[in-house]
Amino acid sequence: MTTNHAPHDGPAIEVESLTKRFGSVVALDGIDLSVPAGTVFGLLGPNGAGKTTTVRILTTILQPDGGHARVLGLDVGREPHAVRASLGLAGQYAAVDEHLTARENLKLAGWLTGQPRASARARGEELLERFDLTAAAGRVAGTYSGGMRKRLDLAVALVHRPPVLFLDEPTTGLDPQGRGDLWELIEELVAEGMTLLLTTQYLEEADRLADRIAVVDNGRVVAEGTAPELKARLGSTIIDVGLADPAAAARARVLLEPFGPAEIVDGTAVEVNVDDGARALLQIVRLLDRERLEPETVAIREPTLDDVFLTLTGRRAEASGGAAPDTNDRGRARRRGAQRGAA
Amino acid sequence: MTTTTFPATVPVTTERSSLVKAASDTMAITWRNLLMLRRVPQLLVFSTIQPVLFVLMFRYVFGGAIRVPGVRYVDYLMPGIFAQTVAFGSINTGVGLAQDLGTGLIERFRSLPMARSAVLAGRTAADVVRNVLVVALMVSVGFIVGFRVHTNAAGLLAAVGLMLLFGFALSWVFALIGLATANPESAQAAAFPLLAPLVFASSAFVPLKSMPGWLQVLAAHQPVTITVDAVRALVLGGPTLRPVVQMVAWAVGLIAVFAPLAVSRYRRAA
Repeated sequence: MTTNHAPHDGPAIEVESLTKRFGSVVALDGIDLSVPAGTVFGLLGPNGAGKTTTVRILTTILQPDGGHARVLGLDVGREPHAVRASLGLAGQYAAVDEHLTARENLKLAGWLTGQPRASARARGEELLERFDLTAAAGRVAGTYSGGMRKRLDLAVALVHRPPVLFLDEPTTGLDPQGRGDLWELIEELVAEGMTLLLTTQYLEEADRLADRIAVVDNGRVVAEGTAPELKARLGSTIIDVGLADPAAAARARVLLEPFGPAEIVDGTAVEVNVDDGARALLQIVRLLDRERLEPETVAIREPTLDDVFLTLTGRRAEASGGAAPDTNDRGRARRRGAQRGAA
Repeated sequence: MTTTTFPATVPVTTERSSLVKAASDTMAITWRNLLMLRRVPQLLVFSTIQPVLFVLMFRYVFGGAIRVPGVRYVDYLMPGIFAQTVAFGSINTGVGLAQDLGTGLIERFRSLPMARSAVLAGRTAADVVRNVLVVALMVSVGFIVGFRVHTNAAGLLAAVGLMLLFGFALSWVFALIGLATANPESAQAAAFPLLAPLVFASSAFVPLKSMPGWLQVLAAHQPVTITVDAVRALVLGGPTLRPVVQMVAWAVGLIAVFAPLAVSRYRRAA
């Protein structure tokens, strides 16, 4: 197959008022995104927010109902074949063939993406080396740990050197060690100038990897910016006051409201977003003392993306950084079944 | 905003090169499916144990009670066994596709710059290769229990060719079922009630004349009977043209209906 190299100026990924319904369920309700070339863009949101649907449309797996999506200036609906040649996808579930070895999985991907046999083999060995899979390369992937499978999945997505990479929840289901390893690999790819769109439920992950973040909820972008910009929308500091019981917390919330937006968290704690942390802290402690409300804990901290999410959507993201997500096969089958049922 | 200029790989495909790519993609998928057969040989072993048991049962247990005029029962039986083996083996196509859907592999294939038809064509092609092994094994088993070809080697080869065509046609039916159910267990479960009446209400094990009149009419015109009759004509003798033409027409008809349905289902699947 011959290829020409058409230069493309402008954003690597562009999405304009994208909509998608599955029956009566609105998955995407007008998403707009623009991802400059060579940057990492994070789509952050809970399960069912529309992250995966967006990725599936951008990778030509799904057709949108309305709006436009372009990758390197190519319309995903009109030129799907050209789009596919420019992208790599590592999905939510490591889609490697368990009965094939790592080397064979890479060979298959090289073959299907139309690489000449010799250069595909060299590329495969290079990726095995880089992803620390050389020792296991002759073993069938079914014997791999979760982290190894995810690394192989990522390697498979990179065989044809795509300029744009989509990672759908790349570290879901990995232990902290596996997550850290994958983050380092992703950072290396980015350093080489790849454009990357990643979806995640982990605020910590978006904070660490993404240049810009869009917070997605119910098929819409509810906020977009860099991690510091999103944090700045909250005021600069959070004061966290732990109280003895829910009644005390409810009273404290009313008292602390004048300092800034105040929320009850976990039943007995109150979080207040304030501008001037040190001053507000002093006043809050004095006020509580005057009202005979004795706090069990008082903490002052910088806002996290979890706080951003809470403020923007009125609830916490489902999985926070350290929580073990539901990755057993049953949950997986149920989710896939539910998706299909919706479609 | 940084605007970097970078090369976009835009493949320029012509009719001819896209055909070559489709053939190459189909070969890649076939290779992958055959590797799986080598990695999990149990699949092949277990799918041949059942027909071997049938051979032993009908040859040595029921065979004595079944009278077929003008032919030894073992010679009558074996073409039926071949058809049964190939028919039940074609369930594999559906189960394999349902598995690939479940693991997300098909989703990945759909994001690759490969021919849309290749996943199905590569699967059915690999199942033809698999059937070559299975039919060869069953012919050998037949020879061991006393089956003899009355015509010649060319007749036997033509009969094997018909069996492979029959399996290929049924593979497309089960490809559709596998994609529609999207679950290996369901694909397996859906196949049995479909195949069992076709295989047992046919001339595979007993002459149609022993069945009630209404069943004879149904049994005489269904593809398993027609395939078995064509194979018998080829290996035992008798007029071959009419049964072979009928059988090929059935196979082509099944493929013409089910291949487009399966491909369209594949486009919407995942």
